[in-house]
Amino acid sequence: MKSLNRREFMKFAALGTSAAALAACATPTAAPGAAPAAGSTAASGAAAGGGQLEIFSWWTSGGEVEALNALYDIYSAQYPDVEIVNAALTGGAGQGGNMKALLETRMQGGQPPDSFQVHLGRELIDSHVVPGRMEDLSFLYEEEGLNDVFPQDLIDIASYEGKPYSVPVNIHRSNVLWYRPSKLEAAGVAVAPTTWDEFFAAAELLKTAGIPALAVAENEPNFSGHVFENILITQLDQAGYLGLFDGTTSWEDERVTRSLEILNQAYDYANQDYLSTSWGDINDRFVADDGPAMMIMGDWTHGVLLSKAFSDYRWAPAPDTAGMFMVLSDSFGLPNNAPDRDNAVNFLRVCGSREGQDAFNPIKGSIPARTDPDLSKYDEYLLSAMEDFKNNTLLPSIQHGAAVKQSFVLDYAIAINNLATNRDVAAAQAMLVQAATDAEFSA
Amino acid sequence: MATKSIAVPGERARAASTTPKRRWRINSDMLIAFFVLLPSILAVALFIYTAIGWTFYISTVKWNSQIIDYTFVGLRNWSRMFSDNRFYADLRNLVYYAIGFMSQCIIFGFIIASLLDQKIRGETLFRTIIIFPFAVSGIVTGVAWRWLMQPTTGINLLFAKIGLENFQPVWISHPDYGMWAVTIATSWQFTGYVMALYLAGLRGIPQELREAAAIDGAGTYATYRYIIIPLLMPVTFTAIVLTGMNSIRVFDVLASMSGSGPAFATDTLAFFMYQSTFGAYRYSLGATIGAFMILLSAFLIIPYLRSMRDEVER
Repeated sequence: MKSLNRREFMKFAALGTSAAALAACATPTAAPGAAPAAGSTAASGAAAGGGQLEIFSWWTSGGEVEALNALYDIYSAQYPDVEIVNAALTGGAGQGGNMKALLETRMQGGQPPDSFQVHLGRELIDSHVVPGRMEDLSFLYEEEGLNDVFPQDLIDIASYEGKPYSVPVNIHRSNVLWYRPSKLEAAGVAVAPTTWDEFFAAAELLKTAGIPALAVAENEPNFSGHVFENILITQLDQAGYLGLFDGTTSWEDERVTRSLEILNQAYDYANQDYLSTSWGDINDRFVADDGPAMMIMGDWTHGVLLSKAFSDYRWAPAPDTAGMFMVLSDSFGLPNNAPDRDNAVNFLRVCGSREGQDAFNPIKGSIPARTDPDLSKYDEYLLSAMEDFKNNTLLPSIQHGAAVKQSFVLDYAIAINNLATNRDVAAAQAMLVQAATDAEFSA
Repeated sequence: MATKSIAVPGERARAASTTPKRRWRINSDMLIAFFVLLPSILAVALFIYTAIGWTFYISTVKWNSQIIDYTFVGLRNWSRMFSDNRFYADLRNLVYYAIGFMSQCIIFGFIIASLLDQKIRGETLFRTIIIFPFAVSGIVTGVAWRWLMQPTTGINLLFAKIGLENFQPVWISHPDYGMWAVTIATSWQFTGYVMALYLAGLRGIPQELREAAAIDGAGTYATYRYIIIPLLMPVTFTAIVLTGMNSIRVFDVLASMSGSGPAFATDTLAFFMYQSTFGAYRYSLGATIGAFMILLSAFLIIPYLRSMRDEVER
């Protein structure tokens, strides 16, 4: 409520003081998508005079905040009079659940923020584009030449009926095993496990040494959902995995059962208080002296650990996933009737720019969506991830909304949370089957 | 008579004393009363009863994605809700929560009020301290208690310091007892309010009654058992209804404390409704859960209103 009032106040203030701001306020009432490219460019010049830019995201942890601030810094340097309202909200089941809930109330109420973080793929398309809430960004892609610098595959998943609806800022890899060599050594594990069999062998040694093998943070549904998608791809091939989302592979399949069993076994070697630990706290646990030895997590972990100035860690593909790249991508879109549309469009220009992506990604621990980065800015891990992205089999993430719509992400995360709590494989699988039925997966 | 349901006792007595043959006429007092009440009536009709009606309506349509869909589906959302295991987990949690929350609020509220009623020095100070948590928002309560109940810090650290290293409960993240832990936090917040109710009730008991009881040889226990507690029954009844309603709709403390918890250990109907609506965008399912909660509350509120009417008539 408070920010709304302030916004109203700002509008009044702007109305009273300058005609330029008046033009900026009037723009949102224009028919969405109908604004010709030339018109929007002209209007953007007028809007650079001030106003606000409200950005929704669920980035509040170390690494994430700094990366987002790097984007804001570039924006502020270009548009110093625009006040940036960083509306970041963390937590909630179903990956950014709290922010998405708030966003939903704002969208339904016809009061969208100027732009918001959204995962590329089904999350963007099903939650926002199909209900007709987003502006077509073809004009921006054309003006900024984004069609030439983003990989076509990425543009395809940002698009609906051939039109792009958001600007990807990064590419994250979900299937990474982060490990602490010192911990493995202390337990007599020579090399990081590359298969689940090796993992459990190492976990036994670690257990004997009194070290939790796997970091898990399951005080609310999410974390285990992430781990589980990286087990699913070890049991199903690419076609089988993709088939889970179009009805050609059943969630009752025994390969799904096997995946659940692997995860269930892995909990035996997790930090004991995993049901009390939140995702936000797990990185502190990981770097602690008595912390777990390994963690299966996306490569934002790299950004978080860098922000903690922690260096006792290495990485490998998650067990049995060498040659696979579980992809997710964060992007920003333009909602219809964004209150400060021109400020938002300019923000999207920054997001898509080489300068913006090269400032954001090295801090975030992700690789740029653009194919022309300044490689000197990226470290060893990120360069290896870029290489893998080019050569590996790409698979869309479940937990991070690339492969499935939001309602399924939530049901899926809750089912895996049940496994983490009750350790009942059959019950968890029944919940997954129900979730798939509710999601109406069909070819 | 049209105004019967909202008549105050004085009016009713007057109406009974006048001759029943007298014709009902609009006089200027009534007009003024009507216009003074009109804004409230409109506001209540619009923001409460229309919203309730709308909720029931949405529970019968097919709006289970972000695309608004008013196709009538009858009771399909209701049968969906009744077939969901989460719904039954929530009902179980409601029972746990209601028992834990109501008993703590009422027992501690009564004990504290009785202690404060002993004409002690600094009563105002203690009263303020005890009622203060009620002024704290639910979100703040939830966040504060979330940290207090973090197994590796907070209360457990205190236990460890006093030699209870082996007594380290996991509080809200316990798959079976999580809900009871939550009631500690919510009771902490609400006990002060119940205490205030009881204190007002205790002050309303004439001193002569206590004196008479004392003369008849009643000790402290007997005085409370046979005089004070029975006389405070209306207060207890109000406290039961208030804490009961609170149990059904509890949301904010839980949402900031534990969410649905491990395998729905601390899930509630309100949180289920919130998550269905704004997490999974199942608007009709969310409306169905909301409608069910309204019906559940009605079971509490209707006997309460009845008894209030009886009270007034007495």
